Amino acid sequence: MTGPRPAARRRRPFGEVPGLGTLAAGFLVFLYAPIAVLVAYSFNAGSIVMVWTGFSTDWYARAFANADIRQAAFNSLVVAVTATAIATVVATLAALVLARGGRFRGSEAVLGLISLPLMVPEIVTAVAVLVFFSGIGLNLGLGNVVIAHVTFCIPFAFMPIRARLDGMDTTLEQAAQDLYASEWATFRLVTLPLLMPGVLAGAMLSFVISMDDFIITMMVAGAGDTTLPVYIYSMIRHGITPEVNAVSSILLLVSIVLVTLYWFMTRTGPGTARR
Amino acid sequence: MTTAGAGAARPRAGAGGAGPAAVALRDVAKTYGRGAHAVEALRGVSFEIRDNEFFTLLGPSGCGKTTLLRAIAGFEQASAGAILLFGADIVDVPAHRRPVNTVFQHYALFPHMTVAANVAFGLRRLRRPEGEIARQVAAMLALVKMEALADRLPGQLSGGQKQRVALARALAPAPKVLLLDEPLSALDLKLRQAMRQELKQIQATTGITFIFVTHDQEEALSMSDRIAVMSEGRVQQIGPPAEIYEHPANRFVAGFVGDANFIPATVVGEEGGRVRCRTPAGLVLAAGAAPSPPGGRGTVLFVRPEKVGLVPAGQGTVEGRVRGLQYLGDAVLIEIDIGEALPLVASERMARLGQAARRPGDRLGVVLDPAALQLLAG
Amino acid sequence: MALLPARAPLRRTLGLLPAVAIILAFMVVPVAIMAVFSFLVPRSFGGVEWTFSTDAYVQILFERMLDDSLRFSPGYLMIVLRSFGLALLATVSCLLVGFPVAWFMARRPPGERNLWVLLITIPFWTNQLVRTFAWIIILGRNGVIEAPFRWAGILDQGATLGLMYSNLAITVGLTYTFIPLMVLPIYASLEKLDFSLVEAAADLYSSRLATFRRVVIPLARPGIIAGCLLVFIPSLGAFIQPDLLGGGKKLMLGTLVQFQFTTARNWPFGAAIAMVLLALVMVVLILHARAARPHPAPGGGQ
Repeated sequence: MTGPRPAARRRRPFGEVPGLGTLAAGFLVFLYAPIAVLVAYSFNAGSIVMVWTGFSTDWYARAFANADIRQAAFNSLVVAVTATAIATVVATLAALVLARGGRFRGSEAVLGLISLPLMVPEIVTAVAVLVFFSGIGLNLGLGNVVIAHVTFCIPFAFMPIRARLDGMDTTLEQAAQDLYASEWATFRLVTLPLLMPGVLAGAMLSFVISMDDFIITMMVAGAGDTTLPVYIYSMIRHGITPEVNAVSSILLLVSIVLVTLYWFMTRTGPGTARR
Repeated sequence: MTTAGAGAARPRAGAGGAGPAAVALRDVAKTYGRGAHAVEALRGVSFEIRDNEFFTLLGPSGCGKTTLLRAIAGFEQASAGAILLFGADIVDVPAHRRPVNTVFQHYALFPHMTVAANVAFGLRRLRRPEGEIARQVAAMLALVKMEALADRLPGQLSGGQKQRVALARALAPAPKVLLLDEPLSALDLKLRQAMRQELKQIQATTGITFIFVTHDQEEALSMSDRIAVMSEGRVQQIGPPAEIYEHPANRFVAGFVGDANFIPATVVGEEGGRVRCRTPAGLVLAAGAAPSPPGGRGTVLFVRPEKVGLVPAGQGTVEGRVRGLQYLGDAVLIEIDIGEALPLVASERMARLGQAARRPGDRLGVVLDPAALQLLAG
Repeated sequence: MALLPARAPLRRTLGLLPAVAIILAFMVVPVAIMAVFSFLVPRSFGGVEWTFSTDAYVQILFERMLDDSLRFSPGYLMIVLRSFGLALLATVSCLLVGFPVAWFMARRPPGERNLWVLLITIPFWTNQLVRTFAWIIILGRNGVIEAPFRWAGILDQGATLGLMYSNLAITVGLTYTFIPLMVLPIYASLEKLDFSLVEAAADLYSSRLATFRRVVIPLARPGIIAGCLLVFIPSLGAFIQPDLLGGGKKLMLGTLVQFQFTTARNWPFGAAIAMVLLALVMVVLILHARAARPHPAPGGGQ
């Protein structure tokens, strides 16, 4: 039975575990199959989600024609844009102070406070804000939603901005001062342009996080202030039609496009990944 | 402020020109941290740098040379003392108002601006007319031979090219003093050697005072009008390269600038401006004494390897035996046992060596000329 | 060195004020109010009576009988335990799948690595609700998995595999949602790992298993710990997955809190559950802060 050793028995390098590639490929299938299924069924002609009856774009047409969906999408956009704008400005200011202001007493505490929304479970934040708003009688309609979104968007906007600042070479700012740029000129001409990719990344994350938020919005939003995820949730609750799939697919597409765009944006352009 | 080229006719440094020094340092001290963790980076540094001089701060890392440069640039606030620029105290002047420019160690070119925009940056901040800016940028890029790459971004340049742009950018506003923080350290050897010549030439052409920081003694010796050797936050010696090399003030300078033999010795007498010293092994040698009186840590005799004369056995001041050889291509280092604790190292040029190749174990005579031997503080 | 644009304390204060004020006012204060509410008495249709009481917490473990005596009642404790158990299960399955995937990614050529990172990041940034909803289509009655069985006649018309509304469905949902948070930090630590260390270990007569245990795992430890934390904490407080895939039968802490504030309208009890959830998260974070302190690999010094 002893023949020449088969080639496969040769010693393989440490990292090359057999089947790892298959596992990784399987993992990608696991990640994307549910999304693919969802999108596929959004083109189902029949009205029962699970039974395939033929290809159709009717559900998209219906979704677009649905005034409630349009209103919810509009609300989502208003909330996301406003919350992103406020959170990004607030986070940029905080990041500049924390990264460039030198060490001071309490800087650790401020950092902890800013990352707090990442640590507290969303459902806890949601009910706490609900109780708080009803307690103080604050009723600004979508304004309430915006306030809640700004709060949890701040750390998401903060992280990439801070990371960018930490990665930036401070001698560039010294070089500007050396070349007669005042503090303000240095900030305007050197710091801010180099920080922009970080600010954009922060804004992008905020936007996506705000667009996707469901739990906090569900608790905080009043009857007329439904956002798209909250509307989708109520559709799922009240009986699933392919219309949900169509709306969901659109929402997925927006996120995917934004994230991919951001990814390519940060990959090119001057001043990236340079130390 | 002079524009580029105009300074060529000015008198060379060291000519004893009148007027205030370009930079005068008075007891400059810098301490980082407080209490038990305090680190003294500068401990009372005082000296003057003349106008139009190529001045080098030389020392090992952590000696305070970069701190001193940054204090002159305005990036560090000195803890004590005064820094005068052409007679005016600039300690309270912020960096962006000081008429000094810096070439940074890693260039610090603005990555989002073209080469031309980088060079124009300082001139724009000084609100110079656009016409003048264009002319000056062109002149500076020509000076560093980078005209062809004016529209490139720094990311598209090689290390040597970035170096040139950094230099042009710092020179463009025609500063009174140019600070160079180890600007050649990131370049490879060949490029570094070429840039030495070029820097020296640019300094001569522009007539701007250069303050150059380096830890490379060869760089310092080859370019400078004068060198300040620093160690542990203090200036150890200031002087022209030859003086620093030939007549080091103390053991640190002798050891840091070039190779050196040190033989512990005690003074036993004096004659004709020379001192007579005795080594632990009982050798009695005549030597010149360093300008400063020997300090408390004992004294050593110092001689450069190339000043150690080798003659056939029986004809030298001291008899020795070859212990080892180190072939260097153009020269050979010979370790010679002369009965002291440490062997003496001599260097011999290969051209002179000829067929008389030495071998370990060979006996030979060693000539220790009193003119080449110096007594230094230990 | 204090550089721009924040040299003066005034500017420092002005720069930090908005962020600090917003998070204090709309995060810290509300949670503090919740903590207070958890010690009050519920009003019939939501809201609280300002009477101090620990009933909300007692209620988690005991049932108050008609004669005012307390009887141990495991119902809510079960929900706490289920939350903990399912979060742990999701974390372990994420780790088991995530580590090999991260290792595979780290051993790819650099350009390909970035593509993998993008592919794993994209689902994470897409809507959680929608992604969980997709699993209803897959696991549900007549769903993608059941359909072939039904078509082959193995499954009768009325019957179902019962995949939905189970602990399994919730675990799959949690794993699916949070696995990118496991893969990415482990990948980050493995990518930084200098592979010559592995070769050095092999050079010093270390077997593959020993190299893995003594070199790779200790160096990937920060990534593994971060990944486990990033999966475990949101899983513990998850709402969407148990709500959609557990269908009101298999409650977790997140769904219980929401239920108390909406349908049951027992604010103090909901607040108490929320506080328990918050406390659990804090305990995990504190344990992590301890574990994150650098300490030598086990058995490394012999």
